[in-house]
Amino acid sequence: MAIGVKVMERPEQGVSYVRATLKGMALTFKHLLQPRVTMEYPEVRSDDEWRIATRWRGTHRMLTDEQGRSKCVACGLCPQICPANCIKLVPGEDERGNRYPLIYEIDEFRCVFCGYCQEVCPEEAIHVGVHYENAEYSRDRFVYDHERLAAQSHPVSTLWDPTDPRGE
Amino acid sequence: MTPELKGFIFFSAIKMLVVFTTVLVGVALLTLMERKVAGWIQNRPGPNRVGPWGILQPAADGIKNFIKEETLPAGANRGLFLLAPALSFIPAVSLMAVVPLAAPLPVTVDWTLPLIGQLTWDGPMPMVVADLSIGFLFVLAISSLGVYGVALAGWSSNSKYSLLGGLRASAQMISYEVAMGLSLIPVLLLTGNVALSEVVTRQQEGLWFVGPLFISFFIFVISGFAETNRLPFDMPEAESELVAGYHAEYSAMKFSLFMIGEFAHIVTIAAMIATLYFGGWDIPFTTWDTQGGVLQTVLTFLAFFVKMFFWIFVVMWIRWTLPRFRYDQLMSLGWKVLLPIALAYIMVTAGTIWGIGQTLPEASPVMQSLVLLGLNVVLGWLLFYWLDRGRVVSGVGARTPVQLRVEA
Repeated sequence: MAIGVKVMERPEQGVSYVRATLKGMALTFKHLLQPRVTMEYPEVRSDDEWRIATRWRGTHRMLTDEQGRSKCVACGLCPQICPANCIKLVPGEDERGNRYPLIYEIDEFRCVFCGYCQEVCPEEAIHVGVHYENAEYSRDRFVYDHERLAAQSHPVSTLWDPTDPRGE
Repeated sequence: MTPELKGFIFFSAIKMLVVFTTVLVGVALLTLMERKVAGWIQNRPGPNRVGPWGILQPAADGIKNFIKEETLPAGANRGLFLLAPALSFIPAVSLMAVVPLAAPLPVTVDWTLPLIGQLTWDGPMPMVVADLSIGFLFVLAISSLGVYGVALAGWSSNSKYSLLGGLRASAQMISYEVAMGLSLIPVLLLTGNVALSEVVTRQQEGLWFVGPLFISFFIFVISGFAETNRLPFDMPEAESELVAGYHAEYSAMKFSLFMIGEFAHIVTIAAMIATLYFGGWDIPFTTWDTQGGVLQTVLTFLAFFVKMFFWIFVVMWIRWTLPRFRYDQLMSLGWKVLLPIALAYIMVTAGTIWGIGQTLPEASPVMQSLVLLGLNVVLGWLLFYWLDRGRVVSGVGARTPVQLRVEA
């Protein structure tokens, strides 16, 4: 035996491969007869035992006011706090002096879905969404512009609630 | 060419077509069954997207495999690389030729067909493609040919993983071939013939060989598993060490041929276990399965099918239960455990049969089987007492905690 190889003594008297095999066979056969636990995804998306968490942070959504205008005032806080630098904001100002985003784009590929943009937003405009089906046919479709963000309709994340840390 | 010979060739051709088409379609369905069993054992539904209950999944897989790209690794030996899948596929399928599927069917025909001319058949038609008088010797010979496909696939791929897989496969299959061959000698001793139809007849007269030749059955099942290269003996394609072993470099239909070969091997091993140790097409406790007729042929075929299907299921069940052996454990099991036991068991069985012949020369096959059964109960108990580290009776049901002795 090579130098430094520690040979463990095996507990030969206590173990039995025959019995372990039979035990395993019995166990797998029991599972064979048990009900299936798979949730069949495209047909079933949630049931009583499982639903997507309300604090889930998925692709963004821009909320709008009653007139259908974006709530964003182009304050620049979200691109400032964004750790992934994925928000592109060019502010503009209308004739009454109201600021609004000329360009507001989020690159969902760069985004790390931390949810800081939602936390920092003073107008509760930008939100991360409870949403996970994002497939597209090309990469450039993953840069969501302002119009598209405002057109999203999925529920928005509640984020983490410190008074209810386990989300119950 | 006489009408009898024409009839023989004609019906042989029909049997060939029927049996091999059924085997190939059945093998395709077995891939689905394996995935279903895997799913059920893991509390999943298994494939269920293609067709009702996923029944068209094999067809989808087949289409996919046909339209995929065939790759040829750089530096591969082209001829052998193309030959290897066929070499591992053909022996596995051709083994089904000698398995008797049902009781012989009495057929009397005198036909005159266009192009063929007059053909006749008179007498019982054996429900087997080739009722070879060399029976399971043919099985042993052809099943060892499968190792060529695996070894050549590993060698010709020009890949270290494939080569190691092929080497392991050849070592493993040759080692277990020995134990398998020796485990069949007691069957030969008891039957006095190697023809599989004779083996079935003998089991109809006496008991199924699983009782009187239990230890030989035990060894045959283990080495059969090793022959099919499936878990717990799937060393040749141990994916954690060897990627996919000997077929790592194969793609598309060539890979599929290895897969079909593996599943055909499962069918063959299940059919062999059913034929050699579970009475073949025999239906126990009744005599009407020996009386002839179409109904009898159908029912005996169903009996055979049930037995075979059960063993196919066991193969899959074990695959999804047991982990893989370590390679040296595999080799020591084959050479140091199974081989000596098989040799000793040949001596014991031969001695017992001789002893019965000396003391009870008038003994019926049932009587002889019962004596051997009694002997096997004792021997089986001793074997499992040894394998189970001396606890067959005392330890059953008790949960003794494992005491680890840690060296200071």
